Amino acid sequence: MKSAPFDYLAADDLADAGALLREGGKPVAGNQSLGPMLNLRLVRPGRLVDLSGLPELRRVEEREDCVRLGAAITHAEIEDGEAADPTGGWLRAAAAGIAYRAVRNRGTLGGSLAHADPAADWVIVMTGLCATALLAGPEGARRVPLEDFVTGPFATALGEGEILTAVEVPRPGRGARWGYWKFARQVGEFAKASAAVLVDREAGRLRCAVGALGRQPLLLDDPAGLIEGRVDPGEALRRALPERAVEDLALHVTALRRALEAATA
Amino acid sequence: MAAEAGETAEQAPARGVGARLLRREDERYLRGRGRFIADMRLTGMLELAFVRSPLAHGRLVRIAKPEGSEERVFAPDDLEGVSGIRADSGLPGFRSSVQPILAGDKVRHVGEPVVACLAETRALAEDLAETVEVEFEELPAVHDMLRARDREASLLHEHWDENAFLETAVDSGFEAAIDGAAAVVTRTYRTARQCMAPLEGRGCLAVWDRQLEQLTLHSSTQMPHIVRTGLAGCLGLDHGQVRVVAPDVGGGFGYKGILLAEEVCAAWLAIRLDRPVRWIEDRREHLIAGANCREHHYEVTGYAAADGELLAVDCRAIVDSGAYSIYPFSACLEAAQVASILPGPYRLRGYRCRTWSVCTNKPPILPFRGVARTGVCFAMELTLDALARELGIAPEEIRRRNLPGPTEMPFTNITNKYFDSGDYPEALRRAVEALDLEGLRARQRRLAESGARRRLGVGLAMFCEQGAHGTSVYHGWGIPMVPGFEQATARLTPDGGLELRVGVQSHGQGMETTLAQVAFEELGVDPARVKLVHGDTALTPYSTGTWGSRCAVMAGGAVAAASAALAGRVRAIAGHLLQAAPEEVVLADGWARAGGGEISLEEVARTWYLKPQLLPPDVDPRGLEATEGYKTVKDTGTFSYACHAVAVEVDLDLGQVALTDYVIVEDAGTMINPLVVDGQVLGGAVQGIGTALFEEMPFDSAGQPLASTLADYHLPVAADLPAIRILHMETPSPLSRFGQKGIGESGAIGPPAAIANAVNDALAPLGAELAEIPLTPERVLRALAAAEARRGPGRGPAGARAAS
Repeated sequence: MKSAPFDYLAADDLADAGALLREGGKPVAGNQSLGPMLNLRLVRPGRLVDLSGLPELRRVEEREDCVRLGAAITHAEIEDGEAADPTGGWLRAAAAGIAYRAVRNRGTLGGSLAHADPAADWVIVMTGLCATALLAGPEGARRVPLEDFVTGPFATALGEGEILTAVEVPRPGRGARWGYWKFARQVGEFAKASAAVLVDREAGRLRCAVGALGRQPLLLDDPAGLIEGRVDPGEALRRALPERAVEDLALHVTALRRALEAATA
Repeated sequence: MAAEAGETAEQAPARGVGARLLRREDERYLRGRGRFIADMRLTGMLELAFVRSPLAHGRLVRIAKPEGSEERVFAPDDLEGVSGIRADSGLPGFRSSVQPILAGDKVRHVGEPVVACLAETRALAEDLAETVEVEFEELPAVHDMLRARDREASLLHEHWDENAFLETAVDSGFEAAIDGAAAVVTRTYRTARQCMAPLEGRGCLAVWDRQLEQLTLHSSTQMPHIVRTGLAGCLGLDHGQVRVVAPDVGGGFGYKGILLAEEVCAAWLAIRLDRPVRWIEDRREHLIAGANCREHHYEVTGYAAADGELLAVDCRAIVDSGAYSIYPFSACLEAAQVASILPGPYRLRGYRCRTWSVCTNKPPILPFRGVARTGVCFAMELTLDALARELGIAPEEIRRRNLPGPTEMPFTNITNKYFDSGDYPEALRRAVEALDLEGLRARQRRLAESGARRRLGVGLAMFCEQGAHGTSVYHGWGIPMVPGFEQATARLTPDGGLELRVGVQSHGQGMETTLAQVAFEELGVDPARVKLVHGDTALTPYSTGTWGSRCAVMAGGAVAAASAALAGRVRAIAGHLLQAAPEEVVLADGWARAGGGEISLEEVARTWYLKPQLLPPDVDPRGLEATEGYKTVKDTGTFSYACHAVAVEVDLDLGQVALTDYVIVEDAGTMINPLVVDGQVLGGAVQGIGTALFEEMPFDSAGQPLASTLADYHLPVAADLPAIRILHMETPSPLSRFGQKGIGESGAIGPPAAIANAVNDALAPLGAELAEIPLTPERVLRALAAAEARRGPGRGPAGARAAS
């Protein structure tokens, strides 16, 4: 379980990273997903470009209506409150539930989103919170809502040479409620099913997202109906994913139900 | 134990047998200062990586080595003068296999070593391994133990007539016993294949010494002497040319109780190249090539009378023994053991059992902590609960009805096992009381009636553990290793310290502490001044090693015998110096005292070694070093036993099982060190919980292992565990030196049975029952769904919401 040989380059800043990536190479930050794949020789990049020290990606900007969290902020920094949490604790709680502390110490917000594991916490949490991904690339900067950023299992909207620089998390309105529930059988495991529910009437944001489906997060199309109890969670999921066997969705129905309970109880 | 008033500190039993001494070895382990194989590095050392078989079953067609790699890449044909590993049994009908060091004409499981590659670092060795081309002709894999003996199954060993190492059958009054049974239940049980997953995997470092003409194999092993014998045989060397040394070993559990093909290969390479060669098993190698234990299948029928009396048990058991018989334990050990231990501690009128050790395209099975007992306890205890449900009596009641009482001890059971001592019903009673079974039953009812999607369940498991069994038990197997006398050497050093030399190997059992406590009983030497020398064939008496819960009894007995012999010689010298009769000399706290005079053991030792002019004229010329051999009074083994009692909560939507309370009442006889006993029981119980809930190596129909990283192979972690409560009973064994019984494996035996019984107790009102471990959420949900399908839609409590 030793990696095949590769070159390691640590980028100085965003421009440097862009230039290095244009010459070919795989970006890496916390190395918590890529590392094991390297050691198993499942991936063999000729070179790695380390983004974890880029000043642009290490920044946290507090704005009136949102907080921009740099992509190289670690899960532990969010968990410990070292990075601002615009939600008053929802992000911190979600961060504390990611894998285990050794992973959180090194793993980064941006790395997790760019890796886009369908069962990862940030993928579903940030989608549920109506966050926006900020991208920088050869064609300039652009903003992509999280639900459009993750396009499939381990697939994102990142173009050639593009780097995820930050995630913008909106501040919830007064009285907003949140429910995030995942079923991971053991501490440290990826979720078998997860769901996030946002009830933010002041800001007009209602969301029911279901994760760990082996695809990008599923945004259910009648969140108000689910939140108000007019729509059955099982029915909603089966309607949204008619091709899936009912028993394959059972855990996700439970996840959605429990996230709804947490957000509305 | 507190010293009574008036007793002097020296007399208080604070350091001998029974003392709760902290383990002295923990000082280095807990500070990360142990010395393991991976900590060893020698000048000129090469690291070894293997090209391993990607196929479960195939014929080797061609190997192409990269150009110029003659001194770095070694194929099977290169291993001149090396024999494969044979571990035959003399039992009639045993089919014999030869495990090649590097694959021969065939590969028989995924992960089998095929080509050895050497480089300055492991990473470079792995790079080199990638450049070797190996071509196979794939053969159909035998992956399902239930189909292994089918006529159309492809034969692993082509000179055999079927894929089975051995078939056994016993019948003890079965037919006559089943008449009048009020309840008859038949169940099919299955336990998953597991990896033992010690913190430290296997590893070895082989060095050839030109001057001594001796190979030293440093190996992460539980039995250095047996590895030496096996290795000398495979390499065609004299024992005098082979030394095996086990440094610190990070967990064994049986996984390190064998001779490995990899270590034979490393040893041959070290001699061939005259350079140190090291192989460190990585986790992936462990999970793939080391998935080698616990896979059993049972069909059990239990017969009981209306009052719960167990009349008879009928069993057909299959053990997936994998591809080869490995040295020194043979492949038939586990299945044949099933036949002899399935009845456990219970009284039975009749018993019938047939077993098959089938051969499949999987890694060769090894005995894992508890050996067959974990599976057997699972099969027997679930059958008891099924009978109890059938008869409408409580689980604790059916056990109480069938356990031998203290007045029946010693008790010989239906398979002729000799239970030396104990009070089994009392262990059951204490466990039931400690768990507050009555209170739990009330909570169970309330929760079920509340409409919650959770259920509470309670489970019990009773079992015994035979430890330190010897010659009379094993010689009948006709296997390459039969244990006999255990020896130890006790040596007083010139400074009054004590060296103990034992052939067993301590790798977590705490023997550096407990054997010092034993010596303290005889010699009064402070355990802090005792040095245990173990794990080195050049320095210790021959021993079959650390296995079978034997060390506290056998090495403990041997150390006591050697220490007692040494004490006699110390008394003779001290008596002379104190002008007292030897029998008047009392040894305590590093001093010899008689008639108001005293002399330090250091002075006694100095007199023997450096001032012989002061010795008595009739002094024993063997001096202050004694080697003694030890056997128990009767070598049928000590029987420790336990009752595991567990409370679980099952989430009906998730299939998740949470352990909410766990009580273990165990009887290890006289405890040499209760802290060490607790540690052994706890560690074992956690492994048993892994077996019950998490650990499973699935294989696909091509024989490919499907959990090759720890992301897929789930081990129990701290957050999964309740605070396990251990209650001790101490019924001395009449067979051992201090009444101690082997306890090392005990904890790992009970959890699958107790937890599965608890889950079935929780789900019984819903009509669901599980008989296969691990109890994953998927299995629990499947059982619930099957029960619901049987009940029909919309009927019964489970249907109410699951359909929504």
